[in-house]
Amino acid sequence: MKARITITLKPGVLDPQGKAIAGALHALGFGQVGDVRQGKFIELDVTESDPKKAEAEIKRMCEQLLANTIIENYAYELEAA
Amino acid sequence: MTVAARAAKGAHSITDETVAEHGLNADEYRRLLKELGREPSLTELGIFSVMWSEHCSYKSSRVWLKKLPTTGPQVIQGPGENAGVVDLGDGQAAVFKMESHNHPSYIEPYQGAATGVGGIMRDVFTMGARPVANMNALRFGAADHPKTRHLVGGVVSGIGDYGNCMGVPTVGGETNFDPRYNDNILVNAMTVGLVDANRIFKSAAKGVGLPVVYVGSKTGRDGIHGATMASAEFDEASEEKRPTVQVGDPFTEKLLLEACLELMAEDAIVAIQDMGAAGLTSSSVEMADKGGVGIDLNLDRVPCRESAMTAYEMMLSESQERMLMVLKPGGEAIAERIFRKWELDFAVIGITTDSGRLVVRHGGKVEADISLPALGAAAPQYQRPFTMRPKPAVIAPEDVPAPNSILGALETLMGSPHLCSRRWIWEQYDHMVMGDTIERPGGDAGIVRIHGTNKGLAISCDVTPRYCAADPTEGAKQAVAECWRNLTAVGADPLAITDCLNFGNPERPEIMGEFVGAVEGMAEACRALAFPVVSGNVSLYNETNGVAIPPTPAVGGVGLIPDIAKIARAKLAKEDDVLILIGAERGHLGQSLYQELAQGTTEGAPPPVDLDAELRTGNFVRGLIRAGDVSAVHDVSDGGLLVAIAEMALSGGVGAELDAPPQGLPAHAVWFGEDQSRYVIAAAPKHVARILQQAETASVPAKIVGKAKGRALKLPGEAPLSLDALRSRHEGWLPGFMAGG
Amino acid sequence: MKASVVVFPGSNCDRDAAVALEAVMGRPPAMVWHGDAELPKSDLIVLPGGFSYGDYLRSGAMAAHSPVMREVIKRAQAGTPVLGICNGFQVLTEAGLLPGVLMRNATLKFICKDVHLKVERTDTAFTRHYAKREVVRFPIAHKDGSYFADEATLDRLEGEGQVAFRYCETDGRITAAANPNGSRRNIAGVYNETRTVLGLMPHPERLADAALGGTDGIKMFLSLVETLN
Repeated sequence: MKARITITLKPGVLDPQGKAIAGALHALGFGQVGDVRQGKFIELDVTESDPKKAEAEIKRMCEQLLANTIIENYAYELEAA
Repeated sequence: MTVAARAAKGAHSITDETVAEHGLNADEYRRLLKELGREPSLTELGIFSVMWSEHCSYKSSRVWLKKLPTTGPQVIQGPGENAGVVDLGDGQAAVFKMESHNHPSYIEPYQGAATGVGGIMRDVFTMGARPVANMNALRFGAADHPKTRHLVGGVVSGIGDYGNCMGVPTVGGETNFDPRYNDNILVNAMTVGLVDANRIFKSAAKGVGLPVVYVGSKTGRDGIHGATMASAEFDEASEEKRPTVQVGDPFTEKLLLEACLELMAEDAIVAIQDMGAAGLTSSSVEMADKGGVGIDLNLDRVPCRESAMTAYEMMLSESQERMLMVLKPGGEAIAERIFRKWELDFAVIGITTDSGRLVVRHGGKVEADISLPALGAAAPQYQRPFTMRPKPAVIAPEDVPAPNSILGALETLMGSPHLCSRRWIWEQYDHMVMGDTIERPGGDAGIVRIHGTNKGLAISCDVTPRYCAADPTEGAKQAVAECWRNLTAVGADPLAITDCLNFGNPERPEIMGEFVGAVEGMAEACRALAFPVVSGNVSLYNETNGVAIPPTPAVGGVGLIPDIAKIARAKLAKEDDVLILIGAERGHLGQSLYQELAQGTTEGAPPPVDLDAELRTGNFVRGLIRAGDVSAVHDVSDGGLLVAIAEMALSGGVGAELDAPPQGLPAHAVWFGEDQSRYVIAAAPKHVARILQQAETASVPAKIVGKAKGRALKLPGEAPLSLDALRSRHEGWLPGFMAGG
Repeated sequence: MKASVVVFPGSNCDRDAAVALEAVMGRPPAMVWHGDAELPKSDLIVLPGGFSYGDYLRSGAMAAHSPVMREVIKRAQAGTPVLGICNGFQVLTEAGLLPGVLMRNATLKFICKDVHLKVERTDTAFTRHYAKREVVRFPIAHKDGSYFADEATLDRLEGEGQVAFRYCETDGRITAAANPNGSRRNIAGVYNETRTVLGLMPHPERLADAALGGTDGIKMFLSLVETLN
């Protein structure tokens, strides 16, 4: 199965990179841009074909390594490869 | 469709267009046909195109580079290997080289600069040396050019991220801003490494039937035709070349470094070379050719990260962080164990033979079968026509207008892109990792202690492009002299240099003339100063739409400090120390920064270098430093005497009271003239008489110019300039510029 | 005293730490490969600076899961002193041995320069040789050194005396200007609850030699040798 995982900073955690991006967009004339938060996107393939088991594995990966749950949230989508 | 894509589709017809796309002209293709004896396969055409490219074959420059002095008692290895090697005594040697990554850095500054750093470090550690210091010489366009800010940011973070991750300190460098680099920036990266003199590894694969081993990252489609891109000018279509820029992985390179050094401590390696420009092709060809053997490659064994890669792609890929080794029989086992431990790819991909040919097999087919001399010795060598421009007239100091205020002009110069503090740049480089950095960036030379000893290495990168543009011979001579001077100014014995010769299109006689003149000037200075060239790089075709960069022969020098307790710094820190100018004063304002400020442009002949005086003066100053008689030393260069004093004051935090210059030269010529071979020293009053006496005995001009005092610079007849105000201008320009202001 | 320095793939200040330790211990520490499940008997474990795993994903995140870290955590929980410098500090927070997180510098750039630190307490194995409220100079060299924890955690750290070092001016004042990376409350280093595990972003091992310009760092290693011998 293929997992698409998005990792984002928890609300309230300062995101200096997001701030810098917002500034750069404004400088380019995109005045309508408000808050910007930068995150990470990870795509991975797992050999597990049972969706429930795959999901449990992905969740464990997020909790243990892919996200630092002190400051980050994660979300994922699973689909058949 | 790109050539690579066509190769992937298996199309075999070689048309005139195909040949041109490979950067070979009609004559060169005829020569290829003669050498091969038949029409080439597409893979063979690709192999010839990269081996005969300017970057790999030096076809325009080889003939002239022979004029450079490359030997001396201190030289263990001159040009011709992955890097140069000089003897440091006590069984140790320094391995160093400088490389350019100009074209890729303009297209993708972060990755271009990063992979430039990665490449030069590999050139050093492939010889068995652990890198101990990095430096770089950067040339950007004018501050008001729309791309400059983006390029500076990208290049500096690329260099920083790669070097910092590798854990090698970046201890200094040079940065210039000049409109003539607007469309062609220069990124020259230098690395110095340390090795035991009896454990130097070379690239000649001597021996038949030896395993050829690939280690490092997997091969992808990066950088295919990077070597030919480096050999071509830019035009409007260059944007589309983006896919050819390689992406660096410094983490993998760090693993590669440690794994290679670990294997080098064993007795398994016959020859080793990194895969740089032209990747597997250049490394396999060069190693076998030097060893006088043939080489058979089986591309089925090459670790690939993309699927269905063709022979063409695998031979031309410039994926980073890969090495090629030829091992002793049976050495594969220990090598594999070490590389697996460091989690790097390892594959036996070939064998050395006695055929004297490169044979490449893939999927059971022979994709290339070429005699090695055809790729090496038979590469075209050009004696391109050249014209030398007439020497410009010497500008008399009286012909350059005086400023309203000397200190006002100083403040403007110190706050300009030419002379402002580069702290914004070097605080992004870890300059202290490895625990041996004695002198941080900002001084005349970077200094690192030789680990575990009381000796040190001094390193400096130098060239003054505007001098070279006015007179390539004098300018190149000055580059070598200034490098020698900077090493001397910290108390080192200059040992040898590496170089990056950056020029425009050599097919234009006036550009070829610049190259020829520069090589002549360098050769003269190297000879006179016993400062040979042990390695180097040539980067040509640095022009866009027919507008070339100024001739920029960048010099990187290394010196030996026998005792790091006896070095000098440019810090004016002791009140009442006397300031003495050492060296002849002539008030030369032609091509000076002051002239540009006063007239809006530079003109005339650059300041000449008297190599005898350079040698005599430098040896005298070094003697003072070793005797412990001086508290500070700074060489006089861009901006002249007053700028040198100002830099010393800012560095040490103590100001200066300066004497009115004697009658004779106009005051502004005294303060801003860029006469060569000069130093400012600060010495305690009790040493002054003796120093002046010794200078006279040594036939070295020396005169008192003032003393260290207070927190301002004071000139008679002008309001003092406070160090705080000067510091604020000096430190403020670059961060302000990068912040967009 | 016996010390172990852990070497992760990408560590590059391991030699620097070993040199500083050897200078005070009189003999070299053991260099322990991350892949080893076992650690020699150690009075002190050091996680050095560098770019373990290239700082990919998050600084220290992958190193925190190295085989050797299981043993490091066990020893730390049993009371063995652990010193995490720079990347080592990042590994300790990712491994849960220290609270908080090290995030990207506020300037978004790598910074290499000297900073001044207020030594918050001088009664630990790491700081006995410092004077009360002493201001020291250490170099920093990092891109991800901004210390973050939520307000409740920060208050708890303050209350429990777990703040080890704070960025300050040369005269000891804690100001925003003295904070190089945006760390909350100018925190440069923290202890665990028992003050046997210390993580700090600045590099004591880089100013432990007069030739390099300073010796404030050597006091930390002297404190450790004195306490642990």
